[in-house]
Amino acid sequence: MKNLIRALSLVLIVSFVLLYIVNRLNTAQGYTGEHTITVYNWGDYIDPELLEQFEDETGIKVIYETFDSNEAMLTKIEQGGTSYDIAVPSEYMIDKMKQEDLLLPIDHAQLPNLKNIDPRFLNLAFDENNEYSIPYFWGTVGILYHPDKVSDEIDFKQWDDLWHPSLKNDVLLVDGAREVIGFGLNSLEYSLNETDKGRLLEAKNKLDTLTPNIKAIVGDEIKLLMQNNEAAVAVLWSGTAQDAMWENESLEYMVPEEGSNLWFDNMVIPKTTKNREAAHQFINFMLDPKVAAQNAEYVGYSTPNKAALPHMDEETTSDERFYPDEEQTAKLEVYENLGKQMLAYYNELFLEFKMHRK
Amino acid sequence: MKAKSRNYYLIPYVLWIALFVITPIVLVVYYSFFNIEGDFSLENYQKFFTPVYLKMTLSSFWYALLITFFTLLIAYPTAYLLTKTKHKQLWLLLIIVPSWINLLLKAYAFIGIFGTYGAANKFLEVMGVGGKQILFTDFSFVFVSVYIFLPFMILPIFNALDELNPSFIDASKDLGASSWRTFSRVVFPLTLDGVKSGCQIVFIPALSLFMLTRLIAGNRVITLGTAIEQHFLVTQDWGMGATIAVFLIIFMVVIMLLTGRRKRGEMR
Amino acid sequence: MKRFKWSSLYLIIIFMVLYAPIFYLIFYSFNSGGDMYHFEGFTLDWYKEIFNDTRLLIIVLNTIIVALLSSAISTVLGVAGALAIYYARRRRTKNTLLSLNNVLIVSPDVIIGASFLIFFTMIGIKLGFISVLLAHIAFSVPIVVLMVLPKLEEMSTSIIYAALDLGASRLDVLTKVVLPYITPGIFAGFFMALTYSLDDFAVTFFVTGNGFSTLSVEIYALARQGVSLSINALSALLFLFTMLLVVGYYFITKKTSKIGRMGVRK
Repeated sequence: MKNLIRALSLVLIVSFVLLYIVNRLNTAQGYTGEHTITVYNWGDYIDPELLEQFEDETGIKVIYETFDSNEAMLTKIEQGGTSYDIAVPSEYMIDKMKQEDLLLPIDHAQLPNLKNIDPRFLNLAFDENNEYSIPYFWGTVGILYHPDKVSDEIDFKQWDDLWHPSLKNDVLLVDGAREVIGFGLNSLEYSLNETDKGRLLEAKNKLDTLTPNIKAIVGDEIKLLMQNNEAAVAVLWSGTAQDAMWENESLEYMVPEEGSNLWFDNMVIPKTTKNREAAHQFINFMLDPKVAAQNAEYVGYSTPNKAALPHMDEETTSDERFYPDEEQTAKLEVYENLGKQMLAYYNELFLEFKMHRK
Repeated sequence: MKAKSRNYYLIPYVLWIALFVITPIVLVVYYSFFNIEGDFSLENYQKFFTPVYLKMTLSSFWYALLITFFTLLIAYPTAYLLTKTKHKQLWLLLIIVPSWINLLLKAYAFIGIFGTYGAANKFLEVMGVGGKQILFTDFSFVFVSVYIFLPFMILPIFNALDELNPSFIDASKDLGASSWRTFSRVVFPLTLDGVKSGCQIVFIPALSLFMLTRLIAGNRVITLGTAIEQHFLVTQDWGMGATIAVFLIIFMVVIMLLTGRRKRGEMR
Repeated sequence: MKRFKWSSLYLIIIFMVLYAPIFYLIFYSFNSGGDMYHFEGFTLDWYKEIFNDTRLLIIVLNTIIVALLSSAISTVLGVAGALAIYYARRRRTKNTLLSLNNVLIVSPDVIIGASFLIFFTMIGIKLGFISVLLAHIAFSVPIVVLMVLPKLEEMSTSIIYAALDLGASRLDVLTKVVLPYITPGIFAGFFMALTYSLDDFAVTFFVTGNGFSTLSVEIYALARQGVSLSINALSALLFLFTMLLVVGYYFITKKTSKIGRMGVRK
């Protein structure tokens, strides 16, 4: 009994001492004041130095919170409880949030730096006139591979190259229903936003024949698996590919010619905001050419900020694999919000595909 | 006397049950009756009885069984030997400490160890077996799951063994029983409660594993947990996710009733 | 003697396997290469990085506070729960309570997290420290119950009756007979609760907010870009710290207490 009481009091004392320390630290950091904004972003998706720079320039403290999927973020914003001032969802999610009335319109008059954004990334179908969102990063879906581990017959100009018999048990796929069903559709020259169930089934049946080549269907680990020579080929997002290529220079990235996905992560102001003006200040700050350049060099994704490109390493910005020109992006499709029913169907097919055994 | 004290302990516990168990169950059951469009229907329950989900249920049970079996197989001797060591409580604590390191980090370490160029394959090569694919196989999945659940199995068994009155063993030996007979007729039955609670703590969560199915099994193993995760976080079809959860809860209750009934029989 | 050797070998192998991934993580925390797979050279940069990061420090402290407080409170609740189940007379009550107890163990984290989130926002609890603490207490209670209950059940009821016959009050029976007997189970429950709390990601993710974060949430969020080795360095430090604490605590209690063991039973 004595032991129990002693252990319990020890635990309580330690906790309260720590609690006091945390409180002191928080106050010292200024996180408790009124003049703050809460930014909700993907993990490690911003250069932390820029947050400090923003704090110095404006005197607004930034509370930085992170999420790991669009859907998880949506749930948190829907439920409220935290007053997020800025969030960075992907394009199909923006459409959904718009429909669910979770976003505030953005006042372009407060964003003089908006002119820096390349016009081809503005006024897209998921958000006409950029009423609710401002581009943050963009990219494609493609194939990352080790040229020396792949037979010379294959150049990945076609999605069909993935089915090549020499790639047995050597292909990694990213764990996303739309990405995987999507390249199945693309390989049949159908649209990524196909809603015809017959065609979708056709794509799924074709994907089933890919199973002997598939080593695993994974998430973000795909990057380190590729760096590690765990597999010869991977289907993934360009941002991840670029990261992996920085670490392992022998890797190559290719977007097949039949077409692929063009994706965007945009900044939005959720309805939960308490400091709308500061949110605009933050967006405008991120649109500054130098800031955007620094951020792109840190994160490694492609920036839509045209004025930022001269401030960056030429080798990066002239790389057509990650900064494809207008002609090349013309063949790419942006995901449309297909509605819940259709999305569920995509997922069902994907689930069946995953369960398909060799 | 007894009745009075029962009421006493029930207060905080029932409060906890009401707030954090009943509420989620009610929410889960409620959501399970809504289809993806948000209309009231039994569609989800019909869907659960399609081949896709039945197959998934079977494979979840199969893997959970495998995991529980191997965990028990490894945990029992470990717990037994631990009770024989000098600083047994310290060693026991040291069994638990590794589980305080973040699971994702450990999974990443396993990816490195089991990878094509990892330590495990180097070892196999040195042994002359030659390189093998270990990562993304059933073996690696069961291995890492057993690794994670091991402390949860060792602990209750250790406590049961530790309580065991050594005179029973002496008596059995004095009466001429072999070591195996002593173990199977005296030691094991007396520690059955510990084994049972260990199996419950392992089997039930193993049914709904999801992180490892992706990280270590490369989505080649699909469990009910993976499906729920998908429905909640990707499709946003909370109804279907909730329906699978309802079935998981039903399975759990059945398992508890089965193991509970056996206990009663023995006690009499 | 030969048998003894074999058994030590078995334990050594078990411990080696248990600690292998951790030593792997620690080994690469000294890697200047930047990832966990190719060792390039020795560096202490990752360790320097953590000491300059106040935000990370706050997160680590938050994680520890939540883990300790939630485990302590859930242990108290769990012991009460185990006693409640133990003293329940009707078998049906017992089974019902036990089944309800296990619901949270079987429910996938995502569901627990989402339903707690709905629940907390419904009753107006501000998301942050309090909501995370409540959630952790909630999902740790059942594991404590499961650890304590077998201990209670193997305790022979005659001890209690004997104590009562000798004129002990109900409180005396609890503090002098029952609790000392089940102490190992209580400690086991506490440590398992700590494990649950430290490892949880999904539930915490849903119920946290307003800038409050724990280490698990932070690590999972980093996965998109690849987890930095400074997290390895941090884990290494926390691991060493825990080891010191555990071993230190064990020997201190062993020395000062006459009864001798951490999980006293006699």
